[in-house]
Amino acid sequence: MSGYSMHLLVCGGTGCRASHSEEIEFKLRNELEKRNLEDTVKVLSTGCFGFCEKGPIVKVMPDNTFYTGVTPGDAEDIIAEHVVLGRTVSRLIYEDPSSKEKVPDSKKMGFSKKQLRIALRNCGFINPENINEYIAREGYMALGNVITDISPEDATRLVKDSGLRGRGGAGFSTGLKWELTAATPSDEKYVVCNADEGDPGAFMDRSILEGDPHNVLEAMAICGYCIGADKGLIYIRAEYPLAIERLKTAIKQAREYGLLGKNIMGSDFSFDIELKYGAGAFVCGEETALIHSMEGLRGEPSLKPPFPSVKGYNGKPTNVNNVETLANVPIIFLKGADWFSSIGTEKSKGTKVFALAGKINNVGLIEVPMGTTLREVIFEIGGGIKDGKKFKAVQTGGPSGGCLTENHLDTPIDFDNLIEAGSMMGSGGMIVMDEDDCMVSVAKFYLDFTVEESCGKCAPCRIGNKRLYELLDHICSGKGKVEVLDRLRLMSEVIKDTSLCGLGQTSPNPVLSTLDNFYDEYHAHVSDKKCPAGQCKDLMEYFIIEENCVGCTACARVCPVNAITGERKKPHEINQDICIKCGACMEKCKFDAIIIQ
Amino acid sequence: MSSIKIKLKKQDIDKIKEITASFNNEEHELINVLHKCQQHFGYLPAEVQEVISDEMDIPTAKIYGIVTFYSFFTMTPKGKNPISICMGTACYVRGGEKVLDEFKKELGIEAGQTTKDGKFSISSLRCVGACGLAPVVLIGEKTYGRVAPDDVKEILAEYK
Repeated sequence: MSGYSMHLLVCGGTGCRASHSEEIEFKLRNELEKRNLEDTVKVLSTGCFGFCEKGPIVKVMPDNTFYTGVTPGDAEDIIAEHVVLGRTVSRLIYEDPSSKEKVPDSKKMGFSKKQLRIALRNCGFINPENINEYIAREGYMALGNVITDISPEDATRLVKDSGLRGRGGAGFSTGLKWELTAATPSDEKYVVCNADEGDPGAFMDRSILEGDPHNVLEAMAICGYCIGADKGLIYIRAEYPLAIERLKTAIKQAREYGLLGKNIMGSDFSFDIELKYGAGAFVCGEETALIHSMEGLRGEPSLKPPFPSVKGYNGKPTNVNNVETLANVPIIFLKGADWFSSIGTEKSKGTKVFALAGKINNVGLIEVPMGTTLREVIFEIGGGIKDGKKFKAVQTGGPSGGCLTENHLDTPIDFDNLIEAGSMMGSGGMIVMDEDDCMVSVAKFYLDFTVEESCGKCAPCRIGNKRLYELLDHICSGKGKVEVLDRLRLMSEVIKDTSLCGLGQTSPNPVLSTLDNFYDEYHAHVSDKKCPAGQCKDLMEYFIIEENCVGCTACARVCPVNAITGERKKPHEINQDICIKCGACMEKCKFDAIIIQ
Repeated sequence: MSSIKIKLKKQDIDKIKEITASFNNEEHELINVLHKCQQHFGYLPAEVQEVISDEMDIPTAKIYGIVTFYSFFTMTPKGKNPISICMGTACYVRGGEKVLDEFKKELGIEAGQTTKDGKFSISSLRCVGACGLAPVVLIGEKTYGRVAPDDVKEILAEYK
């Protein structure tokens, strides 16, 4: 970043792009040119800053001023005020929701304080479409060191010693996986990057690929050197067009620089990378299913063993790692295994990226050391629950994970603690729910997802999950009996024990964890036929509070089925037998006289 | 297979042949071939699958199996303005389902269907990753964030 006295970093992630960040970039450049400042101030499009809630983001360097909620119309002020006169544009500065203070320096925001960015270290700092910026931040140095100075065995040992575990879900030791693939003799081996991020509500892999694609390419090359592979494949969702474009650009640039291709940096080591596209199947996140999909087949999982490290793509030994796992690799080589293993908890080293979403003030992408508590993540980084509501649950691990409650808020987050609490790390989706969310409906939502995404190969998953969904649907519509709750649990356990792959083995987790933690809520649905959160339409009734009703007749006029009766200027009444629970009356009432129970 | 019967023109058939040839008719490239064909035709009708089958020497049944397995592939043409409503968890807890219902009500079609005049189609998709903007709706390439059911009429009016 030399030659310029100031840099304007504009977020070019999917979220901010959707809010016109490209237009902001264009306008900023325009304003600079008008003032002949284009040679002193540089406008850069970067990867995701993580603070998606307040996007689009423009960050001014070197003073770290963080502008939020920027519109194209603000470009002129940013240039005229901040760049030319050195005055911050205060209306665009982030305001701390609790103290109401303006916090211009991004490092002092509650959102950033507890974060430690390792996998995301370059996201939001560099232009992902320019390889030189990655190189300027020690990019490809690890690869250079490894292939010239370290034997594949020693390099693999270093990854093993660092304690890095797979970030895609299961948390298997990355070094051990490499060792196993390296130990299988074969004329051909493959390195596969799993970028089929199918978990709804998780977008960390996408952000890494969009914000720092070279990091992943470098890690794949290092892995190739360690296991003896000369070919890498990235299996990426077709739904991520921006990430695909940036990867293509990055691969092209790396080839031009001799960092991919034949005889990398003049050594004997050759390695090249190709993209393979997914087509929308959650099960393809499972490594055997992913491999079948890359072979042009239906993405159905197969029994392990044989593991892909022995028999994978085209029947050859294949090492599959997820994007975030790989993003940790180059820096481990630069800073050492001891450095990495000094971060985190005893059995989970390093950091974890979470996609924080749902009913939370600061939706975004965060990275924290393993061992950070859920409370720190939700209330300090996440800024607490939206609209001052009460925290109810946090769902981790996507459709394979579970819902954790207030009792778990002080649990340090790591692989093993989350499993013990009845959830899992998964890929790192973290959805926060408040008092208005019905946990039975949430379980049903996830089962609906699993039913649709089950590949159908094994019966417990194909039939069992469908039955589970139907039971939940019965409960939500008031048709469930108390005995159903035992059946739910029994069936969940059978599905877990007998399914073929990780999808079915974990799909009942949302049901089991909500049954454990919110049994009363299930019970209210089946015994009292009530939904305490007021979400299940079939279980709700609308009432008019006599004291509040002034008899304006607005509700009676809007009711499509004439269920509301009453005289003018006197309290009205709703006939529950006629009411279709459309909610029109409640929307219309100006006196808060209609409630739902 | 599909209720829609179409007749492929010669230039369409040539296009398919060109695509399969660009992947050397290799069986393991089938998914990439299907992606390219869908990009070109907008969907993958049975007739297109039959040509791919002949060219690549893969049974049509197997191709059909793959097309129906992956949610990205579709055998019905999408509307001129394809509406996708994100049903990822973040959008769901922020009311995505109510937005979907509103679109269905306004257009009188279900998810996965296209309006009679071919103008709109509705589908739900799993997470576009713009969770900060939840609930999210995509119409064509354009993204609408923080959509409330009340906004639906106004959004549709832009396309009428």
